[in-house]
Amino acid sequence: MNSTVSDLDELVKREYEAGFVTDIESDTLPPGLGEDVVSIISAKKNEPAFMLEWRLQAFRRWQKMQEPGWAQVKHPAIDYQAISYYSAPKQPGDGPQSLDEVDPKLLETYNKLGIPLEEQKALAGVAVDAVFDSVSVKTTFRETLAEAGVIFCSISEALQEHPELVRKYLGSVVPTGDNFYAALNSAVFSDGSFVYIPKGVRCPMELSTYFRINAMNTGQFERTLIIADEGSYVSYLEGCTAPMRDENQLHAAVVELIAMRGAEIKYSTVQNWYPGDEQGRGGIYNFVTKRGACRGDNSKISWTQVETGSAITWKYPSVLLEGDNAIGEFYSVALTRHMQQADTGTKMVHIGNNTRSTIISKGISAGRGQNTYRGLVKILKGADNARNYSQCDSLLLGDRCGAHTFPYLEVSNPTAQVEHEATTSKISEDQLFYCMQRGLSEEDAISLIVNGFCKEVFKKLPMEFAVEAQKLLDVSLEGAVG
Amino acid sequence: MDSLLDGRAELRLAAAGVGWVKKLRDSAAASFAEHGLPSTRDEDWKYTNVKPIAKRQFRPAGSSDEGVNAAAVAGCAIEGLSCHRAVFVNGYFSPPLSDLSALPPGVVLDSLARTLAERPQDLSAALGRVMPAESHGFTSLNTAYLTDGAYLRVPEGVVVEHPIELLFINTAIDPAPVVQPRNLIVMEPSSSASVLERYVGVGNGSYLTNAVTELSVRANASIEHYKLQEESVQAYHVGGLFINLERDARVTSHNVAVGGAIARTDLRAVLAAEGAHCEMNGLYLGNGRQHLDNHTQIDHARPRCTSDEYYKGVLDDRARAVFHGRIVVQQDAQQTDAQQQNRNLLLSPDAEIDTKPQLEIYADDVKCSHGATVGQLDSDSLFYLRSRAIDERTARLLLTYAFANDVIGRCALKPVRERLEQTLTRKLFHARDLEELV
Repeated sequence: MNSTVSDLDELVKREYEAGFVTDIESDTLPPGLGEDVVSIISAKKNEPAFMLEWRLQAFRRWQKMQEPGWAQVKHPAIDYQAISYYSAPKQPGDGPQSLDEVDPKLLETYNKLGIPLEEQKALAGVAVDAVFDSVSVKTTFRETLAEAGVIFCSISEALQEHPELVRKYLGSVVPTGDNFYAALNSAVFSDGSFVYIPKGVRCPMELSTYFRINAMNTGQFERTLIIADEGSYVSYLEGCTAPMRDENQLHAAVVELIAMRGAEIKYSTVQNWYPGDEQGRGGIYNFVTKRGACRGDNSKISWTQVETGSAITWKYPSVLLEGDNAIGEFYSVALTRHMQQADTGTKMVHIGNNTRSTIISKGISAGRGQNTYRGLVKILKGADNARNYSQCDSLLLGDRCGAHTFPYLEVSNPTAQVEHEATTSKISEDQLFYCMQRGLSEEDAISLIVNGFCKEVFKKLPMEFAVEAQKLLDVSLEGAVG
Repeated sequence: MDSLLDGRAELRLAAAGVGWVKKLRDSAAASFAEHGLPSTRDEDWKYTNVKPIAKRQFRPAGSSDEGVNAAAVAGCAIEGLSCHRAVFVNGYFSPPLSDLSALPPGVVLDSLARTLAERPQDLSAALGRVMPAESHGFTSLNTAYLTDGAYLRVPEGVVVEHPIELLFINTAIDPAPVVQPRNLIVMEPSSSASVLERYVGVGNGSYLTNAVTELSVRANASIEHYKLQEESVQAYHVGGLFINLERDARVTSHNVAVGGAIARTDLRAVLAAEGAHCEMNGLYLGNGRQHLDNHTQIDHARPRCTSDEYYKGVLDDRARAVFHGRIVVQQDAQQTDAQQQNRNLLLSPDAEIDTKPQLEIYADDVKCSHGATVGQLDSDSLFYLRSRAIDERTARLLLTYAFANDVIGRCALKPVRERLEQTLTRKLFHARDLEELV
């Protein structure tokens, strides 16, 4: 154990490390939302006509929709007219041609965050698409990827260069009217990542997007679309941070994954948006729709998430198992402390024969945090020999927090095997005693036990992320127990 | 939907002049008029559509015996069970059919209507107090019509040796009646009893049973409660059992649902003082086009309470079942131990199960777990039996039988176990070979 804690008090008050603001000139739309705003966003992006139509359709649907109220979270009503729907760092000219042209302040921000944006950090081997507020700043390793035939760019670029691909797949997994936040996102999304892996290609490196909200009173609405064509493989990572502000900010993203026959997509998230302070002031409202479709036989989609940030998390990465023998996986660690609320889980919809899904969810609640697992496993009538295993464990640290488990199991096929297990407990005195009689301090013992509790999920993360996630957890937890 | 309230004014409801009774009914009627019957938009009714009930014209049942005689009662009786029996026909107490002569001294088992008319003050402390303040339309409807049912009070320190049977015989007359019994059971401190609440349908027509039972278990008292729902196949059954447990009180509940076209039971227990223990066992057996819905909620309000829930279901043909089990552990309820299991077996490609086990926990020093499974029979067990020269069909029957019998085995009363075993074989296996086997 290398995390020996010298001064607990200091750690309790440990601040959000990514909470700085970058002073940068930005091109921001005034707050408010109407068809004109949607049109302006589309025009700023110089989008093809079909996109504007698509956005407006989504907007009209959104206007008729109600904010969902079923989640186990509480927050004051959101005024959708008080949010600015577009904010971009101002760029002289037509955008950066090389790294030297990127605003040094931006680079500094990313350096502070430890993002290997510069090519010399190639050793890290990660291709990064960084999204700052609403626009994609720089995509690294484009050439290396292009050699393999992989398209990895911002979705705005994809709309310019590969409109036919975007048109074919955008909204095919999460339709514009899917839910309130997805409809809002469809209307106003400003940027995000686009990935296309051609047939039979194993993406040579891990792809990564880094999201950051910087400007005040802005919402971030990014849209990610990943298509893995037949027999291909891609591993995609995403990370998020935001500055500390007293107001709540909205983040409503949509992620769509499409895996064709024999393809595999591995999607990992480390979400560390600003969670608000101890009194629950500020923080990001993270209302995200993530869904993957296993379109072809033998395809596989795997979601791994570590959720430590955000004042409110509302997120259910799902898999539609359409092809035969398709596999869906969901591994999650969600940590809530202070006044954080998380309502997260997954949906596994079994449509094809011999489809399998695994759900491992670990919730940790500390302080006054409320942590909810909400998941659906649905076996349709035609899905023979479907198999699901779910395990949801909750760990409670402190007597003012809450842990809730709401699984939904809907089974209409007698050959299905569906198992759900959940436990809720605190760290037992016996476990602590055992560690401490071996010479560990109480804090180290707790850290050891919590890490062990999350191990099943962490080992699914790519190496660098696993280390980061573990560190994040240590920082977030220390001092939470006593 | 309002039609369910029609005719309320014409009925002569007992104790209409007693202030608190009138208030209880009127506020429930107002609540029903406002909210009506639940719809699938309500989270708690997501999987159960009550439109078939709302669409039908029901008339409040009248208090006549509808030709139910002693022979009919004998026909419903559980073989080998000697018990104190109160019989209700379409929700109204029938003294001539009941047998309460051997009740131990001090035990009150009477018609709720009569008690309301003669001694309403006996009821004021408990009636309408055990059920939660907010409840769904059917419960409000029952309260709006609150008039007859069973009133049972077991005095302090009394142990009732023989079980007490509350037998509700419902008849399908034309026009289809709404039968709305309202029961109140008070177990005074340190008392003990076994109570069977049975709903039996005679005839094949349609009717709606909308029953509510309030059960108050005082300190150190214990009760084994059976709810056996054997309504006719075209009937609708909605039932609520609301339990409040005081210090060191113990409740064992067995809830068996086999009848009804649409049957829904809400079971809610509040562990309101330290040391209370609640065990809930349930079995639902569906075939044909039955829809069986069980909603349970166990509320751990105080520290050091324990609960154990075990529900199983077997579904054949086009039957559909819903299980919703919620365990709430309040902030102060430290050292809670709550376990919940729900297991389901689907026997036909058209059967469906929707299960929702839930844990809602606000305390940290707890041990809570729940598990739910839906699946087929264990292939190893099947193989084992087949290796012993038992053919596949018989092996499947045996294992299915064993699956369901597991819950039945938890009933303390042997005659009830035997009765349920018969029901099980009759209902799920059209097979005489199984009877030979077991």
